[in-house]
Amino acid sequence: MKIHEYQGKELFRKYGVPVPFGIPALTVEDALAAIPQVQKESGSDVVVVKAQIHAGGRGKGGGVKVAKTRADAEEAVRRIFGMNLVTPQTGPEGKKVQRLFVEQGLAIEHEYYLGMLLDRATGRVTVMASSEGGMDIEEVAATHPEKILKEQINPAVGWQDYQARRLGKRLGLGAGPTRELVTFLRALTRCYDEMDCSLLEINPLVTTKDGKVLALDAKLNFDDNALYRHPELAAWRDPSEEDPQEAAAKEWDLSYIALDGNIGCMVNGAGLAMATMDIIKYYGGQPANFLDVGGGATAAKVTAAFKIITSDPQVKAIFVNIFGGIMKCDTIASGVIAAVKEVGLAVPLVVRLEGTNVELGKQLLAESGLDIVAAADMADGAQKVVAAVAARKGGAQ
Amino acid sequence: MSVLVGYDTRLVVQGMSGATGAFHARGAVEYGTRVVAGVTPGKGGTKVEGLEPIPMYDTVDEAVRLAGANTSVVFVPPAGAADAILEAAAAGIELVIAITEGIPVRDMVRVKAALERDYPGVTLVGPNCPGVITPGQCKIGIMPGYIHKPGPIGVVSRSGTLTYEIVHQLSTLGLGQSTAIGIGGDPVKGMDFIEALALFADDPGTSAIFMIGEIGGSSEEEAAAFIKDHVKKPVAAFIGGQTAPPGKRMGHAGAIISGGKGAAKDKIEALQAAGIKVSPTPAEMGRTLASIL
Repeated sequence: MKIHEYQGKELFRKYGVPVPFGIPALTVEDALAAIPQVQKESGSDVVVVKAQIHAGGRGKGGGVKVAKTRADAEEAVRRIFGMNLVTPQTGPEGKKVQRLFVEQGLAIEHEYYLGMLLDRATGRVTVMASSEGGMDIEEVAATHPEKILKEQINPAVGWQDYQARRLGKRLGLGAGPTRELVTFLRALTRCYDEMDCSLLEINPLVTTKDGKVLALDAKLNFDDNALYRHPELAAWRDPSEEDPQEAAAKEWDLSYIALDGNIGCMVNGAGLAMATMDIIKYYGGQPANFLDVGGGATAAKVTAAFKIITSDPQVKAIFVNIFGGIMKCDTIASGVIAAVKEVGLAVPLVVRLEGTNVELGKQLLAESGLDIVAAADMADGAQKVVAAVAARKGGAQ
Repeated sequence: MSVLVGYDTRLVVQGMSGATGAFHARGAVEYGTRVVAGVTPGKGGTKVEGLEPIPMYDTVDEAVRLAGANTSVVFVPPAGAADAILEAAAAGIELVIAITEGIPVRDMVRVKAALERDYPGVTLVGPNCPGVITPGQCKIGIMPGYIHKPGPIGVVSRSGTLTYEIVHQLSTLGLGQSTAIGIGGDPVKGMDFIEALALFADDPGTSAIFMIGEIGGSSEEEAAAFIKDHVKKPVAAFIGGQTAPPGKRMGHAGAIISGGKGAAKDKIEALQAAGIKVSPTPAEMGRTLASIL
């Protein structure tokens, strides 16, 4: 799960991680009203107007403006709110800005990068820091990997202050800012651990002219498997940032990812679902989605999954690829039949069943009278569904 | 011959009174696996339907002392699964197979560190895996037993249903399996490819190996280097997620291309550079292995 920068900073403040003063706004009016409040609180005219979308790279797309006067800030609010912000992470279609964050400007001494995530090779959480802060950290990692400093957290004892002192020294911080960094990282690592973060990035982390260390940005992702421990995070979910099909899938506990193609896929198991996308592409088709119905799905869940696939207007054919283990083939068949009876079937449907109760599943489909193309195996099914899409295209011309 | 599980396995099912645990415990018994005990805290002395002859205990410690269990399978729900794994290790279980899907990463980080420090002799397989099967001898987990055949091919996989796919393809071609190990799709797990490959390399009953990897992490690259230096037996592979877009988590918590790392292309190149034949599609995995025998 992802949250907005202003929500991340609210969490930081709760844990004692220093952040600038700022006010989030959901309307232009609220954002305009926030400007003098931020100026008053900070004692400076400089404010930063920041678009709040989940994708990164907002500065590159014109979604962040440092304004030196109230008039400049008001102009920025009116320009950024409602704009279609295109960043390297939004894709070419961009993202409409519906939330702003108005924040105090700071007299910045230097910008650093700070990140935390799991190092899978060691199974330990790693803190990464670089003196090359700012927007292009990916490039630093690619061209100068030695400029990314790393400290691993030993789960037995947790984060230690010496690690912060060592980072401060290697980043070239003076004595004052290093002391600040020690407190900063003590709070930040506690936040990461207690909140079950899966990714935490601060780019930039800044030192100010008066020797303070602050998080100027906050990007936090949470471990979906641990959300049950943090019911309060549900209120921070922003449905406008989620694909409608993905949101519907979440309600049914289905693993669904929308893609650009036109062949809807329903598969059991994440690995087989990925492999099904691969084989569709191998035979010249384009998958419309990744969908893993999971192992213990009921017929009702299968029906819901089927409806999510058919609700995507891009879908021109559907491929159901099941290798039943815990999932029984007759359950899949019953769910598909129920869904088709309810919502109809406007596109070709290719079904490949194998595994537990396969004969019963095939029998149910055959007796249903539905227009279903049976596939002998995965390759046969992929070729048949790709051919079905091609035939429809041909017929339409 | 086989690795990890076989005729000597004496299994305790953790979470046997739950619906999933009971269902798969019955499947194991039907397959011929020696299930010697079930454990659910608070259910000691009770009976589980269809498994009446198998004693239920409150603790794994009792299952080891009173029933002689040496292997455990964990069906405990995510919130209690880390605790269950450590309980098994502390009780003296040698092999813990964790099927549970959805364990928080923070919990597994701690479990892994505790196992390395305090129980270096314990082998953990999983979590979020289909389990381990030695065809004809012992089935532990959620895989459909009937698709397997005894034989000389070792299978190791990060994906559950893709494991069934390769096993089915191999069996159809008349190639049985020595043991099939599902190592699971989580980012922090017990056994990884290298440990499984090392077991197969030393197993006289295994003459060739098929490995199934997927996007995310760098285990496949590390496995490729290991195979090049240490495995003399023929190895074929498949990597799932060749068409997955970066930044999207593909179901498994570990299956994500992030920061330009973990893409299928890099893994395939690393495997091919190590002399491993990579199947072009998931439908040709069995034939790819057959072609190098």
